[in-house]
Amino acid sequence: MADHRTALTDWHAAHGGKLVPFGGWAMPVQYVGIVAEHLTVRTAVGLFDIGHMARLTVTGRDALPFLEHVFSNSVGTMSDGQVRYGLVLNEQGGIRDDVLVSKWPRGYGMVVNAGNRVKILDHFRQHAAGRAVQIDDRTFDTAMIAVQGPKAAKVVDGLFGTDPAALKYYHAAETVYRGCGATVSRTGYTGEDGFEVTVPNELAVPLWEELIERGAVACGLGARDTLRLEAAMPLYGHELNETVDPAGAKLMWAVKLDKGEFVGRDAAKAATGNPVRVGLELDGKRAAREGCPVLAGGAPAGVVTSGSYAPFLHKSIAMGTVHPSHAALGTPLVVDIRGTPADARVVPLPFYKRAK
Amino acid sequence: MDLSALRYAKSHEWSAVDGRVVTVGITAFAAEQLGDVTHLQLPKAGAAVTAGKSFGEIESVKAVFDLYAPVTGTVTEVNAALLANPEPVQADPYGNWMLRITLAEGATLDHLMTKPQYDEQLAADAH
Repeated sequence: MADHRTALTDWHAAHGGKLVPFGGWAMPVQYVGIVAEHLTVRTAVGLFDIGHMARLTVTGRDALPFLEHVFSNSVGTMSDGQVRYGLVLNEQGGIRDDVLVSKWPRGYGMVVNAGNRVKILDHFRQHAAGRAVQIDDRTFDTAMIAVQGPKAAKVVDGLFGTDPAALKYYHAAETVYRGCGATVSRTGYTGEDGFEVTVPNELAVPLWEELIERGAVACGLGARDTLRLEAAMPLYGHELNETVDPAGAKLMWAVKLDKGEFVGRDAAKAATGNPVRVGLELDGKRAAREGCPVLAGGAPAGVVTSGSYAPFLHKSIAMGTVHPSHAALGTPLVVDIRGTPADARVVPLPFYKRAK
Repeated sequence: MDLSALRYAKSHEWSAVDGRVVTVGITAFAAEQLGDVTHLQLPKAGAAVTAGKSFGEIESVKAVFDLYAPVTGTVTEVNAALLANPEPVQADPYGNWMLRITLAEGATLDHLMTKPQYDEQLAADAH
């Protein structure tokens, strides 16, 4: 099956974006280079086409109880315009997906990982049966653009019917762009200040080009991956999957065990002693890659889930899962990089935190 | 550098021959695939290398690639400046050599491609 194309795919191809398949979509991995794009986001402002992320709406009288049933974080305590991170768990307490939920006066919005769209829709429709709830997939008629970096507020200033800079972190507003309905949230996946904007497909190129005229730089998914790694944000399919439990993923802050029954709650509560996510800093410049074995005293201790040379921090960093007995900060470990050992140690996450 | 005077390996290394000494680097195609280079690993002078066998690796933010010896022989010189800072190889792959190899007795470059042959392979791979 051919990869889906976002409203911006043709623009990327025409402007030097190197397209690769990602989560069922043709997406730009880079324009000029991952390092340059990474540094642009850390020091100025970059743009990402995130149209591949699935955008769902959940409405109807039972929308709230339905979401409380399928989502790990609390929904009932959200106020209009609030955005909340959480997990969709399976019955065994494993992670089906990590998602963002937004509360609006008429219902809820949800952003789901591209590769999990069909799986999550199936799961939701199954659990929606018999409830007064409607789930709509808006992925193909809307576009989504992330504006990320310390100058993000400056480049979006005056573009919309409301002032994005007035939004607090993890808050969103329904607004207007060129006379059409749009949403802007103060969220992102880079560790920087920034916004994620949803507009109708036909306004994707005009908005993207207007942001570029204002000084934002087109960036690809390669830089998005190294940026999120420095910020220690988990990526589904790497740090998270159906067999990883929230405690092991260090995401129990997004799981409200006391909010009442929800799918996976009891299993997630019972899961203890499983491998846990840690940050690793390696000596030298070689990068640990996904799948590299982690050793302690020559014996298997875990595995790398993501790793790269960190363009802003100038060192080799990785996330991985290790047995809890090797997870303490400062624990010396060895990463086997293609048969050659590299000394590493457990360090605090995130690797990078922006100055407030 | 006169690119038509070089010989090329399938694995995207170039070779410049001067008598029995072969200077080796990576092609523009390899550099383009690699992206931002962060790390280079090369053998020491005196090491024996075999045509088609890995002699080191080059790593970028994106990925890591093996480097394959285009010829069989002994490493007589290593580009220490590039080893210390491999970044320039991306922008100028033909100006930044990696190894000088003295050909082993009986070893040749006959199995390597000419520029037109290499260009043909690149064109074929692109389809």
